[in-house]
Amino acid sequence: MVEKTVEEVNQKIRDGSVRVVTAEEMTEIVEALGPKDAAKEVDVVTTGTFGAMCSSGAILNFGHADPPIKTQKVWLNDVEAYAGLAAVDVYIGATQLSESKGMEYGGGHVIEDLVSGKSVTLRATGYGTDCYPLKNIETTLTLEDLNQAAMINPRNAYQRYNVATNTSDQIMHTYMGPLLPNLGNAIYSGSGALSPLFNDPTYATIGIGTRIFLCGAQGYVIGEGTQHDPKSNMGTLMVKGNLKEMNPEFVKGASFHKYGTTLYVGLGIPIPILNEDVALHTGISDAEIRAEVLDYGVQRRDRPVLGKVTYEELKSGRIEIDGKEVRTSAISSLYMARKVAESLKDWILKGEFTLSKPVERLPTKLRVKSMRQTGGLPLVKDVMTDGIGTIKPDVGIEEASKRIIKGEFNHLPVVSDDGRLVGIVTSWDISRAVALAKRGKVEQIMTRRVIVVSPSDPIDIAARKLEQHNISALPVVDGKRKVIGIITSEDLSKLLAGGT
Amino acid sequence: MKMLLHFTPQIIKKPLIAEVVLETGVLVNINKATIDVTGGELIINVPDKDVNKVIKSFKSRGVDVVTLEKPIIRVDEECVHCGACISVCPTNVFKCEVDDSISLDHKECIQCGACITACPHNALKLSR
Repeated sequence: MVEKTVEEVNQKIRDGSVRVVTAEEMTEIVEALGPKDAAKEVDVVTTGTFGAMCSSGAILNFGHADPPIKTQKVWLNDVEAYAGLAAVDVYIGATQLSESKGMEYGGGHVIEDLVSGKSVTLRATGYGTDCYPLKNIETTLTLEDLNQAAMINPRNAYQRYNVATNTSDQIMHTYMGPLLPNLGNAIYSGSGALSPLFNDPTYATIGIGTRIFLCGAQGYVIGEGTQHDPKSNMGTLMVKGNLKEMNPEFVKGASFHKYGTTLYVGLGIPIPILNEDVALHTGISDAEIRAEVLDYGVQRRDRPVLGKVTYEELKSGRIEIDGKEVRTSAISSLYMARKVAESLKDWILKGEFTLSKPVERLPTKLRVKSMRQTGGLPLVKDVMTDGIGTIKPDVGIEEASKRIIKGEFNHLPVVSDDGRLVGIVTSWDISRAVALAKRGKVEQIMTRRVIVVSPSDPIDIAARKLEQHNISALPVVDGKRKVIGIITSEDLSKLLAGGT
Repeated sequence: MKMLLHFTPQIIKKPLIAEVVLETGVLVNINKATIDVTGGELIINVPDKDVNKVIKSFKSRGVDVVTLEKPIIRVDEECVHCGACISVCPTNVFKCEVDDSISLDHKECIQCGACITACPHNALKLSR
């Protein structure tokens, strides 16, 4: 039985006899030799991941101005940083958007610009006190001008992540990138066999104080990340590193179309192979790591699970969902993740990086809770009008106009013989047909691509759809696309006005 | 070879594509077409050997022609090789190589622009 200590591994690093491999290389070694001999052969396994990590940011200290200012609101290149700290300390978060450029530029880009040595414009306001009389300041700064610039990321390095796809008939712009309608693509994230936490899923060697590769600098794990969910194999890390030592290649601001900005973070963890068990875990392969495919077409917290796939399947470029072949691509970079793991390996081999023993283990039993909502959101079914009139596609336009007048409503869902929604006609469609002296059937003038909501959706979902598509009503349909009511912008305004 | 055609509002009503096809006998493939008050803009694809013939024919009709040798431009310093472009592209321009870097094949691009918005790093641009 092999038993090593972190100190023994460090001794080998110092005397140059250490044996280091990346997690991908280790997978092959464990497969060939078995975990027992692999533990004898290998001292350290390096892991890596490179992807969008929204819960990232940096604490910056600007130094004091003369006369001094107690900054209350601070903007860096027009991106607001949180200043509710001491006079010239702020936290700039990756997803905060520029007030002038919107989603094109955000906190992630500010951090990248600082690390790249670019100068950044600081604008700040304060309320003025006897000790901090200045109320406004504008200046340009570079990373060098700052006292401290500590990257502190509340949630990084998800052990694995869900695969995103979309069964709705609309394109969805998400933090996983654009999801094409009708299962047009599937997007995944994470580096699979190179994933830091998947190579040590029991956190036997990773904990508070573990020295890591963070964006090209030596950083540290400072605790479990927010939403750490070890029971679902979705552990996360909170990490810290010095912005001044980082390499711009491994820290990249990013912007997701119609979603917002984020930061791509390169993060790698060295795993000391202390015994056979640790070796066994680092032998994990893409074929053994599974991820759930979720339907982001459903705009709710609990998205339907459409299946489970392995990272091996995901990396092949195609997966099967409901018998349909769907193209996959990653939103994180395996190419860069490997570069992280290789860089870390290089540092250790050169004796520039030694391992640290964690001072405390990460929790292994936590579960993620959902938000407790005491307000209670009204649902579509509470607000919609039910018992509404519908019409068949082969009815004449004249007949449809009579029904609209009789029913005193503006929207008439068109349904097939079995009651399923196939289109919608509005009083506008009918007036236009009448004005143009068009004769014919409803199906010739109806809109076929109908935007719908489900009765159990919160009304906010309905409001967003109305706004997004610039329409005034949504048929409410059940799982079988049978029309059970309609919700109009009027219904929603009445609700806001306080009466239903 | 792909080409970008500009039509002024004055000639927009004429069946120019049909005339060029009939005159040159070249099968012109239309990839994209937009028309508004400022004129028309088309992206077409023609066999490499017929490029000069087609350009001459369009130019004689007052159409401005720009050849698109590289329909899509990648800013390599910005690209992190994530692959966000791969699954949104309708013509499979992007490919994941053995080392997991992303390569692109210009021949297939129809300048639809799907990858431009999909790229989180603003690394892709359509050439004009």
